[in-house]
Amino acid sequence: MIPSAFEYEVAENPQHAIELLNNFGDEAKILAGGHSLLPLMKLRFAAPTALVDIGRIRDLSYVRDGGDHMAIGAGTVYEDVHNNNDLVRQCPIVAHTAGEVGDPQVRHRGTIGGSVAHGDPASDLPTVLLALDATMVVQSAEGERTIPAGDFFKGIFETALGPQNLLTEIRVPKVPDHGWSYQKFHHRAQDWATVGVAAVVQRSNGSIGGARIALTSMGETPLRAGAVEQALAGGADPAEASQQADEGTNPVSDPLGSSEYRKEMAKVFTRRALEEALSR
Amino acid sequence: MANKTISVTVNGGSKTSEVEPRRLLVHWIREALGLTGTHVGCDTSSCGACTVLLDGTPVKSCTMFAVQADGRRVTTVEGLQQDGKLHPIQEGFKEEHGLQCGFCTPGMMLMGAALLEENPDPSEDDVRWAISGNLCRCTGYQNIVKSVQWAAKRAASEQPGAHA
Repeated sequence: MIPSAFEYEVAENPQHAIELLNNFGDEAKILAGGHSLLPLMKLRFAAPTALVDIGRIRDLSYVRDGGDHMAIGAGTVYEDVHNNNDLVRQCPIVAHTAGEVGDPQVRHRGTIGGSVAHGDPASDLPTVLLALDATMVVQSAEGERTIPAGDFFKGIFETALGPQNLLTEIRVPKVPDHGWSYQKFHHRAQDWATVGVAAVVQRSNGSIGGARIALTSMGETPLRAGAVEQALAGGADPAEASQQADEGTNPVSDPLGSSEYRKEMAKVFTRRALEEALSR
Repeated sequence: MANKTISVTVNGGSKTSEVEPRRLLVHWIREALGLTGTHVGCDTSSCGACTVLLDGTPVKSCTMFAVQADGRRVTTVEGLQQDGKLHPIQEGFKEEHGLQCGFCTPGMMLMGAALLEENPDPSEDDVRWAISGNLCRCTGYQNIVKSVQWAAKRAASEQPGAHA
Protein backbone atom coordinates (compact mmCIF):
# COMPACT_ATOMS: atom_id res chain seq x y z
CA MET A 1 0.00 0.00 0.00
CA ILE A 2 1.38 3.35 -1.03
CA PRO A 3 0.39 6.66 0.56
CA SER A 4 -0.56 9.75 -1.44
CA ALA A 5 2.36 11.99 -2.39
CA PHE A 6 3.39 14.74 0.02
CA GLU A 7 6.10 17.32 0.64
CA TYR A 8 8.56 16.40 3.38
CA GLU A 9 10.80 18.51 5.55
CA VAL A 10 12.87 17.69 8.62
CA ALA A 11 12.34 20.05 11.56
CA GLU A 12 15.52 20.97 13.44
CA ASN A 13 13.73 22.07 16.62
CA PRO A 14 10.17 22.72 17.86
CA GLN A 15 10.13 26.35 16.64
CA HIS A 16 11.27 25.23 13.21
CA ALA A 17 8.52 22.60 13.16
CA ILE A 18 5.88 25.26 13.85
CA GLU A 19 7.34 27.50 11.13
CA LEU A 20 7.22 24.63 8.65
CA LEU A 21 3.63 23.83 9.66
CA ASN A 22 2.66 27.45 9.09
CA ASN A 23 4.41 27.50 5.70
CA PHE A 24 2.78 24.29 4.52
CA GLY A 25 -0.76 25.25 5.56
CA ASP A 26 -3.64 23.42 7.17
CA GLU A 27 -3.24 20.09 5.35
CA ALA A 28 0.25 19.50 6.75
CA LYS A 29 0.81 16.98 9.53
CA ILE A 30 3.50 16.31 12.08
CA LEU A 31 5.41 13.03 11.61
CA ALA A 32 7.05 11.68 14.76
CA GLY A 33 7.43 7.89 14.99
CA GLY A 34 4.76 7.47 12.32
CA HIS A 35 3.17 4.43 13.91
CA SER A 36 -0.28 5.98 14.04
CA LEU A 37 0.00 8.18 10.95
CA LEU A 38 1.62 5.83 8.42
CA PRO A 39 -1.00 3.09 8.72
CA LEU A 40 -3.72 5.71 8.09
CA MET A 41 -1.80 7.17 5.15
CA LYS A 42 -1.24 3.75 3.61
CA LEU A 43 -4.98 3.12 3.74
CA ARG A 44 -5.47 6.69 2.45
CA PHE A 45 -7.69 7.51 5.38
CA ALA A 46 -5.22 10.35 5.80
CA ALA A 47 -3.65 12.20 2.87
CA PRO A 48 -1.66 15.14 4.25
CA THR A 49 -0.10 17.38 1.60
CA ALA A 50 3.06 17.79 3.65
CA LEU A 51 4.81 16.10 6.56
CA VAL A 52 7.01 17.88 9.06
CA ASP A 53 9.33 15.28 10.55
CA ILE A 54 10.04 15.95 14.23
CA GLY A 55 11.57 12.49 14.68
CA ARG A 56 15.11 13.89 14.66
CA ILE A 57 14.58 16.49 17.38
CA ARG A 58 16.48 15.01 20.30
CA ASP A 59 15.17 17.73 22.64
CA LEU A 60 11.68 16.21 22.42
CA SER A 61 12.79 12.86 23.85
CA TYR A 62 13.22 12.97 27.63
CA VAL A 63 11.76 12.17 31.03
CA ARG A 64 12.45 14.88 33.61
CA ASP A 65 11.52 15.59 37.19
CA GLY A 66 9.29 18.66 37.13
CA GLY A 67 8.88 19.05 40.89
CA ASP A 68 5.28 18.04 41.53
CA HIS A 69 5.09 16.16 38.23
CA MET A 70 7.14 14.12 35.78
CA ALA A 71 7.60 15.74 32.37
CA ILE A 72 7.75 13.43 29.36
CA GLY A 73 8.91 14.78 26.01
CA ALA A 74 6.30 14.18 23.33
CA GLY A 75 8.89 12.51 21.10
CA THR A 76 9.83 9.86 23.67
CA VAL A 77 9.30 6.39 22.25
CA TYR A 78 7.20 3.87 24.19
CA GLU A 79 10.22 1.72 24.94
CA ASP A 80 12.02 4.62 26.66
CA VAL A 81 8.88 5.52 28.63
CA HIS A 82 8.53 1.89 29.66
CA ASN A 83 12.14 1.56 30.82
CA ASN A 84 12.53 4.89 32.61
CA ASN A 85 13.31 4.16 36.26
CA ASP A 86 12.14 7.55 37.54
CA LEU A 87 8.75 7.00 35.94
CA VAL A 88 8.61 3.45 37.28
CA ARG A 89 9.00 4.97 40.77
CA GLN A 90 6.93 8.13 40.44
CA CYS A 91 4.16 7.19 38.02
CA PRO A 92 4.35 3.44 37.44
CA ILE A 93 1.07 3.14 35.54
CA VAL A 94 2.53 5.19 32.66
CA ALA A 95 5.75 3.16 32.45
CA HIS A 96 3.81 -0.10 32.69
CA THR A 97 1.22 0.80 30.07
CA ALA A 98 3.84 2.02 27.59
CA GLY A 99 5.09 -1.57 27.62
CA GLU A 100 1.59 -2.82 26.73
CA VAL A 101 1.37 -0.85 23.48
CA GLY A 102 1.79 -2.77 20.23
CA ASP A 103 4.83 -5.03 20.02
CA PRO A 104 8.59 -4.55 20.45
CA GLN A 105 9.17 -3.06 17.01
CA VAL A 106 6.24 -0.65 17.42
CA ARG A 107 7.52 0.41 20.86
CA HIS A 108 10.91 1.23 19.35
CA ARG A 109 9.39 3.79 16.97
CA GLY A 110 6.01 4.93 18.28
CA THR A 111 5.98 7.97 20.57
CA ILE A 112 3.81 8.93 23.54
CA GLY A 113 3.08 12.28 21.92
CA GLY A 114 2.07 10.63 18.68
CA SER A 115 -0.40 8.43 20.50
CA VAL A 116 -1.90 11.41 22.32
CA ALA A 117 -2.06 13.66 19.24
CA HIS A 118 -3.61 10.88 17.16
CA GLY A 119 -6.66 10.68 19.44
CA ASP A 120 -7.59 7.07 18.81
CA PRO A 121 -10.06 5.91 21.49
CA ALA A 122 -8.54 2.41 21.27
CA SER A 123 -5.10 3.66 22.38
CA ASP A 124 -3.90 2.73 25.85
CA LEU A 125 -1.87 5.74 27.00
CA PRO A 126 -4.55 8.42 26.49
CA THR A 127 -6.80 6.47 28.89
CA VAL A 128 -4.05 6.34 31.49
CA LEU A 129 -3.33 10.06 31.04
CA LEU A 130 -7.03 10.83 31.51
CA ALA A 131 -7.15 8.77 34.71
CA LEU A 132 -4.06 10.65 35.95
CA ASP A 133 -5.43 14.06 34.99
CA ALA A 134 -2.23 14.64 33.01
CA THR A 135 -1.47 17.95 31.29
CA MET A 136 -0.54 18.39 27.64
CA VAL A 137 1.89 21.17 26.73
CA VAL A 138 1.24 22.62 23.28
CA GLN A 139 3.31 25.11 21.31
CA SER A 140 2.17 27.30 18.46
CA ALA A 141 3.25 30.57 16.83
CA GLU A 142 1.32 32.35 19.61
CA GLY A 143 3.36 30.66 22.33
CA GLU A 144 2.86 27.82 24.78
CA ARG A 145 -0.34 26.68 26.45
CA THR A 146 -1.34 23.76 28.62
CA ILE A 147 -4.45 21.60 28.19
CA PRO A 148 -5.73 19.18 30.84
CA ALA A 149 -6.31 15.63 29.59
CA GLY A 150 -10.02 15.99 30.37
CA ASP A 151 -10.31 18.77 27.76
CA PHE A 152 -7.91 17.32 25.21
CA PHE A 153 -9.69 14.38 23.59
CA LYS A 154 -12.61 15.59 21.48
CA GLY A 155 -13.67 12.70 19.26
CA ILE A 156 -12.38 9.84 17.13
CA PHE A 157 -8.98 11.10 15.90
CA GLU A 158 -9.94 14.58 17.13
CA THR A 159 -8.12 16.49 19.83
CA ALA A 160 -7.79 20.06 21.07
CA LEU A 161 -4.69 20.46 18.87
CA GLY A 162 -5.08 23.00 16.08
CA PRO A 163 -3.48 22.51 12.65
CA GLN A 164 -0.36 24.54 13.48
CA ASN A 165 0.01 23.22 17.02
CA LEU A 166 2.82 21.04 18.25
CA LEU A 167 2.42 18.84 21.30
CA THR A 168 5.78 19.08 23.05
CA GLU A 169 5.38 17.61 26.53
CA ILE A 170 3.11 15.51 28.70
CA ARG A 171 3.09 16.16 32.45
CA VAL A 172 1.97 13.38 34.73
CA PRO A 173 1.51 13.73 38.49
CA LYS A 174 3.83 11.92 40.85
CA VAL A 175 1.73 9.23 42.46
CA PRO A 176 4.25 6.87 44.08
CA ASP A 177 1.88 6.00 46.94
CA HIS A 178 -1.26 5.40 44.87
CA GLY A 179 -2.53 1.99 43.89
CA TRP A 180 -2.80 1.55 40.16
CA SER A 181 -3.77 -0.87 37.42
CA TYR A 182 -4.17 -0.90 33.67
CA GLN A 183 -6.27 -3.84 32.56
CA LYS A 184 -5.98 -4.47 28.84
CA PHE A 185 -8.43 -7.03 27.52
CA HIS A 186 -7.25 -8.11 24.13
CA HIS A 187 -7.91 -10.83 21.70
CA ARG A 188 -4.32 -11.65 20.81
CA ALA A 189 -1.15 -10.76 22.71
CA GLN A 190 -0.35 -7.65 20.71
CA ASP A 191 -3.79 -6.49 19.68
CA TRP A 192 -5.59 -3.27 20.33
CA ALA A 193 -7.64 -3.25 23.52
CA THR A 194 -11.15 -4.61 23.08
CA VAL A 195 -11.65 -2.85 26.40
CA GLY A 196 -9.06 -1.19 28.63
CA VAL A 197 -9.43 0.14 32.16
CA ALA A 198 -7.01 2.45 33.97
CA ALA A 199 -7.46 2.87 37.72
CA VAL A 200 -5.45 5.14 40.03
CA VAL A 201 -6.59 4.90 43.67
CA GLN A 202 -5.71 6.47 46.99
CA ARG A 203 -5.88 3.84 49.67
CA SER A 204 -7.00 4.36 53.22
CA ASN A 205 -6.83 1.42 55.62
CA GLY A 206 -6.95 -1.15 52.83
CA SER A 207 -10.00 0.32 51.13
CA ILE A 208 -10.39 2.99 48.47
CA GLY A 209 -10.14 6.59 49.68
CA GLY A 210 -10.51 8.07 46.22
CA ALA A 211 -10.33 6.68 42.71
CA ARG A 212 -9.91 7.92 39.17
CA ILE A 213 -10.92 5.44 36.50
CA ALA A 214 -10.82 5.75 32.72
CA LEU A 215 -11.83 3.44 29.90
CA THR A 216 -10.31 2.52 26.52
CA SER A 217 -12.43 1.63 23.46
CA MET A 218 -15.71 2.48 25.18
CA GLY A 219 -16.68 5.54 23.13
CA GLU A 220 -15.35 8.20 20.79
CA THR A 221 -12.67 9.27 23.25
CA PRO A 222 -11.11 7.76 26.35
CA LEU A 223 -13.83 8.12 28.99
CA ARG A 224 -13.87 8.68 32.73
CA ALA A 225 -15.99 6.11 34.55
CA GLY A 226 -17.62 8.81 36.66
CA ALA A 227 -20.46 6.64 37.96
CA VAL A 228 -17.98 4.11 39.32
CA GLU A 229 -15.91 6.84 40.96
CA GLN A 230 -19.02 8.28 42.64
CA ALA A 231 -20.21 4.87 43.80
CA LEU A 232 -16.81 4.24 45.38
CA ALA A 233 -16.90 7.67 47.01
CA GLY A 234 -20.32 6.72 48.40
CA GLY A 235 -18.85 3.64 50.05
CA ALA A 236 -19.57 0.91 47.46
CA ASP A 237 -17.01 -1.88 47.25
CA PRO A 238 -15.20 -2.51 43.93
CA ALA A 239 -17.54 -5.36 42.91
CA GLU A 240 -20.63 -3.21 43.38
CA ALA A 241 -19.18 0.00 41.97
CA SER A 242 -17.80 -1.67 38.83
CA GLN A 243 -21.36 -2.64 37.82
CA GLN A 244 -21.75 0.97 36.71
CA ALA A 245 -18.69 1.00 34.44
CA ASP A 246 -20.81 1.06 31.28
CA GLU A 247 -22.80 4.13 32.32
CA GLY A 248 -22.42 6.89 29.75
CA THR A 249 -20.38 4.73 27.38
CA ASN A 250 -21.10 4.18 23.71
CA PRO A 251 -18.71 1.53 22.43
CA VAL A 252 -18.63 0.42 18.80
CA SER A 253 -19.42 -3.08 17.60
CA ASP A 254 -16.56 -4.48 15.57
CA PRO A 255 -14.91 -7.86 14.98
CA LEU A 256 -13.26 -7.67 18.42
CA GLY A 257 -16.62 -7.46 20.18
CA SER A 258 -20.15 -6.12 20.07
CA SER A 259 -21.15 -2.97 21.90
CA GLU A 260 -23.08 -5.04 24.47
CA TYR A 261 -20.10 -7.35 25.02
CA ARG A 262 -17.78 -4.40 25.56
CA LYS A 263 -20.17 -2.97 28.14
CA GLU A 264 -20.14 -6.23 30.07
CA MET A 265 -16.37 -6.51 29.81
CA ALA A 266 -15.95 -2.92 31.03
CA LYS A 267 -17.62 -3.99 34.29
CA VAL A 268 -15.47 -7.10 34.65
CA PHE A 269 -12.20 -5.33 33.93
CA THR A 270 -13.07 -2.32 36.08
CA ARG A 271 -13.54 -4.68 39.02
CA ARG A 272 -10.22 -6.39 38.26
CA ALA A 273 -8.49 -3.02 37.89
CA LEU A 274 -9.78 -1.85 41.27
CA GLU A 275 -8.82 -5.11 42.95
CA GLU A 276 -5.33 -4.99 41.50
CA ALA A 277 -4.95 -1.30 42.32
CA LEU A 278 -5.85 -2.01 45.94
CA SER A 279 -3.33 -4.83 46.10
CA ARG A 280 -0.29 -2.71 45.12
CA MET B 1 6.35 16.90 -4.87
CA ALA B 2 10.08 17.27 -4.41
CA ASN B 3 12.21 14.16 -4.19
CA LYS B 4 14.80 13.83 -1.45
CA THR B 5 18.32 12.45 -1.59
CA ILE B 6 19.05 9.97 1.16
CA SER B 7 22.24 8.23 2.29
CA VAL B 8 21.79 5.14 4.37
CA THR B 9 24.42 2.67 5.57
CA VAL B 10 22.91 -0.67 4.59
CA ASN B 11 24.65 -3.81 5.81
CA GLY B 12 27.85 -1.81 6.24
CA GLY B 13 27.88 -0.13 2.82
CA SER B 14 26.77 3.41 2.05
CA LYS B 15 23.78 3.65 -0.31
CA THR B 16 22.65 6.95 -1.74
CA SER B 17 19.53 7.47 -3.78
CA GLU B 18 16.87 9.94 -4.70
CA VAL B 19 13.47 8.93 -3.37
CA GLU B 20 9.94 10.21 -3.29
CA PRO B 21 9.14 11.08 0.34
CA ARG B 22 6.24 8.61 0.28
CA ARG B 23 8.54 5.70 -0.60
CA LEU B 24 8.34 3.14 2.19
CA LEU B 25 11.64 1.91 3.58
CA VAL B 26 10.72 -1.70 2.77
CA HIS B 27 10.05 -0.84 -0.88
CA TRP B 28 13.32 1.07 -1.15
CA ILE B 29 15.24 -1.87 0.33
CA ARG B 30 13.58 -4.42 -1.92
CA GLU B 31 13.25 -2.51 -5.17
CA ALA B 32 16.03 0.09 -5.22
CA LEU B 33 18.65 -2.07 -3.50
CA GLY B 34 17.38 -5.48 -4.67
CA LEU B 35 17.58 -6.89 -1.14
CA THR B 36 14.49 -9.07 -1.28
CA GLY B 37 15.13 -10.88 2.00
CA THR B 38 13.05 -8.20 3.70
CA HIS B 39 9.49 -9.35 3.14
CA VAL B 40 6.18 -7.54 2.89
CA GLY B 41 3.69 -9.66 4.80
CA CYS B 42 0.64 -7.90 6.20
CA ASP B 43 1.66 -4.36 5.15
CA THR B 44 -0.26 -3.16 8.24
CA SER B 45 2.46 -3.10 10.94
CA SER B 46 1.28 -6.39 12.43
CA CYS B 47 3.29 -9.35 11.16
CA GLY B 48 6.97 -8.38 11.49
CA ALA B 49 8.09 -10.00 8.20
CA CYS B 50 9.53 -6.61 7.14
CA THR B 51 11.62 -6.22 10.31
CA VAL B 52 15.04 -4.62 9.84
CA LEU B 53 17.50 -3.24 12.37
CA LEU B 54 17.70 0.57 12.47
CA ASP B 55 20.92 1.51 14.26
CA GLY B 56 20.75 -2.00 15.73
CA THR B 57 17.13 -1.74 16.94
CA PRO B 58 14.36 -3.83 15.33
CA VAL B 59 11.71 -1.80 13.49
CA LYS B 60 9.05 -2.52 10.90
CA SER B 61 10.25 -1.22 7.55
CA CYS B 62 6.68 -1.15 6.18
CA THR B 63 5.87 1.53 8.75
CA MET B 64 8.72 3.91 7.96
CA PHE B 65 9.44 6.16 5.04
CA ALA B 66 12.85 5.70 3.45
CA VAL B 67 13.55 9.41 4.12
CA GLN B 68 13.29 8.69 7.86
CA ALA B 69 16.29 6.36 7.55
CA ASP B 70 18.51 9.07 6.02
CA GLY B 71 21.87 9.15 7.78
CA ARG B 72 21.16 6.00 9.76
CA ARG B 73 22.33 2.41 9.74
CA VAL B 74 20.07 -0.37 8.45
CA THR B 75 20.74 -4.10 8.77
CA THR B 76 18.69 -6.53 6.72
CA VAL B 77 18.77 -10.30 6.84
CA GLU B 78 21.41 -10.22 4.09
CA GLY B 79 23.69 -8.38 6.52
CA LEU B 80 23.66 -11.08 9.20
CA GLN B 81 26.36 -13.24 7.67
CA GLN B 82 29.89 -11.89 7.87
CA ASP B 83 32.63 -12.76 5.38
CA GLY B 84 30.72 -15.78 4.13
CA LYS B 85 30.22 -17.14 7.65
CA LEU B 86 26.66 -17.56 8.84
CA HIS B 87 25.55 -15.65 11.94
CA PRO B 88 24.85 -18.02 14.85
CA ILE B 89 21.15 -17.20 14.53
CA GLN B 90 21.20 -18.40 10.92
CA GLU B 91 22.98 -21.60 11.92
CA GLY B 92 20.42 -22.04 14.71
CA PHE B 93 17.46 -21.85 12.34
CA LYS B 94 19.18 -24.46 10.16
CA GLU B 95 20.12 -26.80 13.01
CA GLU B 96 16.78 -26.62 14.84
CA HIS B 97 14.60 -26.48 11.73
CA GLY B 98 13.26 -23.07 12.73
CA LEU B 99 11.33 -22.56 9.54
CA GLN B 100 8.90 -24.23 7.21
CA CYS B 101 7.78 -21.90 4.42
CA GLY B 102 10.44 -19.34 5.37
CA PHE B 103 8.38 -16.21 4.85
CA CYS B 104 8.63 -14.94 8.43
CA THR B 105 12.22 -16.16 8.87
CA PRO B 106 14.16 -12.97 8.03
CA GLY B 107 12.17 -11.01 10.60
CA MET B 108 12.46 -13.78 13.16
CA MET B 109 16.23 -14.01 12.70
CA LEU B 110 16.71 -10.25 13.03
CA MET B 111 14.60 -10.20 16.22
CA GLY B 112 16.65 -13.12 17.52
CA ALA B 113 19.95 -11.47 16.63
CA ALA B 114 18.89 -8.21 18.33
CA LEU B 115 17.73 -10.13 21.42
CA LEU B 116 21.07 -11.91 21.74
CA GLU B 117 22.89 -8.56 21.65
CA GLU B 118 20.95 -7.49 24.75
CA ASN B 119 20.48 -10.84 26.43
CA PRO B 120 23.06 -13.51 25.59
CA ASP B 121 21.23 -16.25 27.50
CA PRO B 122 17.49 -15.76 26.94
CA SER B 123 14.86 -17.97 28.58
CA GLU B 124 12.03 -19.40 26.52
CA ASP B 125 9.79 -16.58 27.82
CA ASP B 126 12.39 -13.99 26.84
CA VAL B 127 12.48 -15.36 23.28
CA ARG B 128 8.71 -15.55 22.99
CA TRP B 129 8.39 -11.96 24.23
CA ALA B 130 11.05 -10.79 21.77
CA ILE B 131 9.26 -12.35 18.80
CA SER B 132 5.78 -11.30 19.96
CA GLY B 133 5.59 -8.80 17.08
CA ASN B 134 6.37 -11.47 14.48
CA LEU B 135 3.80 -13.87 13.14
CA CYS B 136 4.56 -17.37 11.90
CA ARG B 137 1.75 -19.37 10.35
CA CYS B 138 3.64 -22.66 9.95
CA THR B 139 5.78 -23.69 12.87
CA GLY B 140 3.78 -23.02 16.01
CA TYR B 141 6.92 -21.15 17.13
CA GLN B 142 8.44 -24.13 18.97
CA ASN B 143 11.42 -24.55 16.72
CA ILE B 144 11.88 -20.82 16.32
CA VAL B 145 12.38 -20.56 20.08
CA LYS B 146 14.77 -23.51 20.02
CA SER B 147 16.70 -21.94 17.14
CA VAL B 148 17.26 -18.69 19.02
CA GLN B 149 18.37 -20.58 22.13
CA TRP B 150 20.68 -22.77 20.02
CA ALA B 151 22.22 -19.58 18.63
CA ALA B 152 22.71 -18.23 22.16
CA LYS B 153 24.68 -21.35 23.13
CA ARG B 154 26.73 -21.22 19.94
CA ALA B 155 27.51 -17.54 20.37
CA ALA B 156 28.57 -18.19 23.99
CA SER B 157 30.85 -21.04 22.91
CA GLU B 158 32.48 -18.76 20.32
CA GLN B 159 33.37 -16.12 22.91
CA PRO B 160 37.13 -15.90 23.47
CA GLY B 161 37.97 -17.90 26.58
CA ALA B 162 34.64 -19.73 26.61
CA HIS B 163 34.54 -23.35 27.68
CA ALA B 164 32.61 -25.01 24.91
